[in-house]
Amino acid sequence: MKKLSVLVCLLLGWALPGWTQQPGNASTPAPCCDALEQQFKAMEERMILLEGQVRLLKEQLAQAQATGAAPGAAAAASAATPAAAASPAIASGEGGTQSSGYGGAAAAKALNPDISAIGDFISDAGHYPTPPGSVSRQAGFQSLNMHESELGFQAIIDPYARGDFFISFGEQGVEVEEGYVTFTALPGGFVARVGKMRAAFGKVNTMHNHVLPWADRPLVNENLVGGEDGIDDAGFSIQRILPAPKGIFLEATGQVFRGDSGTQTFFVPVTPANPTGTIQQTLFTATGKSDVSTVAHLRGYRDITESTNLDLGLSYARGHNELGSGSLTQLYGMDATLRWKPLRRSIYHSFIGRTEAIWSQRQQPLSLLGEQRSFGMYASGDYQLGRRWFVGGRYDYAQRARDDRQLDRGTAAVLTYWPSEFSQIRGEYRFTRYAEGFNANELLMQVQFSLGAHGAHPF
Amino acid sequence: MPLRIHSRGLLALAALIIAACAFPPASEAKKLNVVTSTTDMAALAQEVGGDKITVEAIARGYQDPHFVEAKPSFLLKLKNADMLISVGLQLEIGWLPPLVTQSGNPRIQVGAPGFLDASQFAEILDLPTGQVTRAMGDVHPLGNPHYWLDPDNGRRVARGIAQKLGEMDTADSQYFQERFQDFDRRLTAAEKNWDAQMAPYKGRKVVTYHTSWSNFAKHFGLQVVGYIEPRPGIPPTPAHTIEIIQLIKRDNVKVVVVEPYFDLKTPNSIGSATGAKVIVLLPSVGGEKEVTDYFKLFDYDINLLIQAFKATQ
Repeated sequence: MKKLSVLVCLLLGWALPGWTQQPGNASTPAPCCDALEQQFKAMEERMILLEGQVRLLKEQLAQAQATGAAPGAAAAASAATPAAAASPAIASGEGGTQSSGYGGAAAAKALNPDISAIGDFISDAGHYPTPPGSVSRQAGFQSLNMHESELGFQAIIDPYARGDFFISFGEQGVEVEEGYVTFTALPGGFVARVGKMRAAFGKVNTMHNHVLPWADRPLVNENLVGGEDGIDDAGFSIQRILPAPKGIFLEATGQVFRGDSGTQTFFVPVTPANPTGTIQQTLFTATGKSDVSTVAHLRGYRDITESTNLDLGLSYARGHNELGSGSLTQLYGMDATLRWKPLRRSIYHSFIGRTEAIWSQRQQPLSLLGEQRSFGMYASGDYQLGRRWFVGGRYDYAQRARDDRQLDRGTAAVLTYWPSEFSQIRGEYRFTRYAEGFNANELLMQVQFSLGAHGAHPF
Repeated sequence: MPLRIHSRGLLALAALIIAACAFPPASEAKKLNVVTSTTDMAALAQEVGGDKITVEAIARGYQDPHFVEAKPSFLLKLKNADMLISVGLQLEIGWLPPLVTQSGNPRIQVGAPGFLDASQFAEILDLPTGQVTRAMGDVHPLGNPHYWLDPDNGRRVARGIAQKLGEMDTADSQYFQERFQDFDRRLTAAEKNWDAQMAPYKGRKVVTYHTSWSNFAKHFGLQVVGYIEPRPGIPPTPAHTIEIIQLIKRDNVKVVVVEPYFDLKTPNSIGSATGAKVIVLLPSVGGEKEVTDYFKLFDYDINLLIQAFKATQ
């Protein structure tokens, strides 16, 4: 009987709104029908609220299980923040969102962090003469390369921190490119990181391969900042937004690392003494526990208009080189980025102009050359032609860190096509005049593809 | 020597920390400082928060909320915020998480008392069933995030925000509830007016560019029969455009709805081929200068829609 009355109520509730909206009846619904309609609406509201609460509970349960948090702690958190319902979905990406779907299987997947894989395939064709005995620069670009497969694991650890892991499978092996915890709830506006991370030196050093606007890295990074790996080391970092005049963003970052980074492998002719045909060079090498390296970065940013902004940075890095604890390498850098992106058409057109200048001061007490002071820079421009097409160019100029008499120069032109946000095809022609006196003309073709939920990188 | 270098590094770091501590963040104002991801959430928060809060939105109303750049200038807003309101359902997944992480503001971190995902209060449509893959385009696994385009959801979200503001500022809890009651009364009256205006056009079929209008269409009884995007987030293709032209002709669709941030080239060519009228409706407050609040958003859109329906009768 009760079920029947509920059914009648529901039917009436379904029929009544349509009836009351008839032109003749809109303004004069019968009082009893009005009451029923209100009851029906109240039931509907409760149902929607309950659906939201179900999402909330599933999220909290999944989060508690994923982090191993005590049930009491989870309950306390939920009591303190009842409105934080679907909040983990935002920060945890698809892993989190699947938890709050309505299926059991999806809820089980929520126990995992966001998992992503990014493939980076590069082919290299063209004229690259290697005179006998010379060192082949920019190693890694053979004819066909599965240049990198990056696995990402990202999740909120607890209310105070989040964790990010990026594991890179390359042609030379596997390494943790980055793996750090970020403490987001520190007092005083500080954000701290502990783990292995790319140092905040300039712009390109901080970028993963898949967010570069080119298929390769500029020569200055190859020659002075440790190549593709760059300054990427275990340590800790602390950053804070500094007070500044209104509208100016000023941020300082200080980092301390173990002091081992920037390992590059170069190909040389195979000899009995070197049967592998490779040599390794490093940017920083720690021969003792006190040989830490330090990095400092100051960033200033301002919106010029709502579509245009200017981003400036000053960087400093200091560490010991492979010659021992008494030999320092210091790097000084400045970077400037001008961005334009009209907000109404932001998905169709944009421009980024960028330059970095880096000075290297390398002590080589045992070398005949002595201390080397080298300079390098690049300047690039990238314009978005349409929703899927990008065109760009880059100029490179870089002396070598170990011998500042050696100078490499280059230019590159890039065309990129995006089938979707999750894949891209890129062609890059680059011309390089190497210090050894030979020219290289190469065509790089790159295909990148992304699986899963890869969190957005900082701007 | 090595020890001296070590000390120098640590000294530099210590100097940085001391310098930062010497300039503590600006003292909190008495008003609650609310930052929202979109202008719609800001409009609803302003309705219930009145003069007891300050509200700022990150994305502009004429901007595609899926693709907002996480600019450092937004960190200046977030670092002192007492509360952050997001639309949720992954709408801001490409830009809000790094901003929140970098803000250095523990009050608005996910799970903290100052973080509010407004989607929990709303009726969510288009929940995908079965396995979700990217072959379906840039689909939102949790459902359609454009839920504020149903005024009933606007009411629900406003109620949730009022409740939350009351929890954060207990002294003004009654004030927020009264503001909500007033908003509710005005919205109910406006809704009656909008419903009456749209009543003659119930059941009309429309084609839209993106899947932004599910909640709007449900509330006002419109039928969205096709999308110019072949999949959510995938740009139009010639083959799909031909299919849409055939669909519009077959189903006698008279109106094509486009969001202000999409290119009109393909919609206009579809309009020329079919005779359908192409109109730019606003999905968000602030999409045009005169659309300054939640009520004006529906006034603007309904007015344009009715004009288009009348013109194509």
